[in-house]
Amino acid sequence: MLWLWIVLGVAGLIVLWAIVVFNRLVSLRNRLDNAWSQIDVQLRRRYDLIPNLVTTVKGYATHERQLFEEVTRARSQGLQAGTVHDQEQAENMITAALRQLLAVAEAYPDLKANENFLALQEELVGTEGKIAYSRQFYNDEVQTFNTLTQQFPSSIIAGMFRFAAREFFRTEDATRPPVQVEF
Amino acid sequence: MFDLIKSNTRRSWILIAGFVIVVAAFGYLFGMLFGGGFIGLIIAIGIALVMSWSAYAGGDKVVLAVSRAKLVTPIDEPRLHNLIEGLAIAAGIPKPKVYVVEDPSPNAFATGRDPAHASIAVTRGLLEKMNRMELEGVVAHELAHVANRDTRVLMITATLVGVVVLIADWTLRSFFWGFGGGRRGARDRDGAAIFVLVGLVAAVLMPLFATLMQAAVSRRREALADLTGVKYTRYPPGLIAALEKLKSDETIVQSASRATASLWIESPLQREKGLFGKLNHLFDTHPPLDERIRILQEL
Repeated sequence: MLWLWIVLGVAGLIVLWAIVVFNRLVSLRNRLDNAWSQIDVQLRRRYDLIPNLVTTVKGYATHERQLFEEVTRARSQGLQAGTVHDQEQAENMITAALRQLLAVAEAYPDLKANENFLALQEELVGTEGKIAYSRQFYNDEVQTFNTLTQQFPSSIIAGMFRFAAREFFRTEDATRPPVQVEF
Repeated sequence: MFDLIKSNTRRSWILIAGFVIVVAAFGYLFGMLFGGGFIGLIIAIGIALVMSWSAYAGGDKVVLAVSRAKLVTPIDEPRLHNLIEGLAIAAGIPKPKVYVVEDPSPNAFATGRDPAHASIAVTRGLLEKMNRMELEGVVAHELAHVANRDTRVLMITATLVGVVVLIADWTLRSFFWGFGGGRRGARDRDGAAIFVLVGLVAAVLMPLFATLMQAAVSRRREALADLTGVKYTRYPPGLIAALEKLKSDETIVQSASRATASLWIESPLQREKGLFGKLNHLFDTHPPLDERIRILQEL
């Protein structure tokens, strides 16, 4: 009769292990979903900051009109983007346009001394950082999740309960050339 | 980098496991002297645990008060808040509370019993002397302490030290006041004498050993925080530059003490030179700055 107890014991341990792995997969998947929406939260922040920035800079650098239009257009495109691909393109445009705008602002000492502008600049730089970090966190979580779904023996559980490997977040290279600024 | 993180984590837990085993052996020895088995050890663990737990659970308020840290809002310190918020996202933990200590010496610390109840404090000196990348490196190191739950690790080692100190104290006291009956009469005289001698030597040396172990664990966790912080920023030069600046800065933090030393990014205590300085290094809570910089540069 002893062998029966041993078999039951081993089976019990296996079930326990399976439960632990399953729960870990669920927990990781939820963290992944959370991390994905976190990226969106940060991108929204950037959208909200742009109108303020454009207004502040416009007051000092009136002849950078083309640049302002570029940034504003990129922003509305991003807000209206339908597919993920369109949104990614819009995001890249915004990043490039903002970089240009902040670089151009360096040439206007009055603007650089403006407190409003400095605060906005700090917020933008901070938001760019947060966007980057949220993407980095998402990718780190994808790495952990994918590794768990692919490594043996947890791959068995992952396969049984259909935990599919996720894609990494990749930023495409900016396909548009930088905005030309006419002085 | 990920390998180094894993090996540092493993080494710190091996140190703690070794520490626990030695403490258990010491407790058993104590039990042998008084014929009570493990009961002495269990009582000591209970007392030390109660003392450490209250320090661990409520300690962050005490540390913040002792260091005269002031809570700052995003309006007071937008850059600091932005950096901390970004790194908290990268670490996957809630954003800690942000404090500033009005002290000209550049330093920073983190406290709190778990990531949901954490606080990070930086000195005014750090904010003024570091640029954005360096500040980010330092803050990342502190956030790494929070994410790695180093206050809990410190609590474990403090408990172990407490147990050792209690048992050593009881052993020495009993020696002076005579051992309580028990087995002594039942054993032969030689056997009892050996145990008494070993017990006394242990009682004197164990607290020293325990403090050394605590320092060793603290150094390992500091190195781990360096590496984990760089994992968040993915930018070693930031922290390297900050450590280089700390190396050349001579000012000492006024509001720190030996008790809070292990929580700061750079040991706020004076480093001593000479022979005693070298021996003293075994008690250091932080690895030497040169070694920390070297490890980061090799990443």
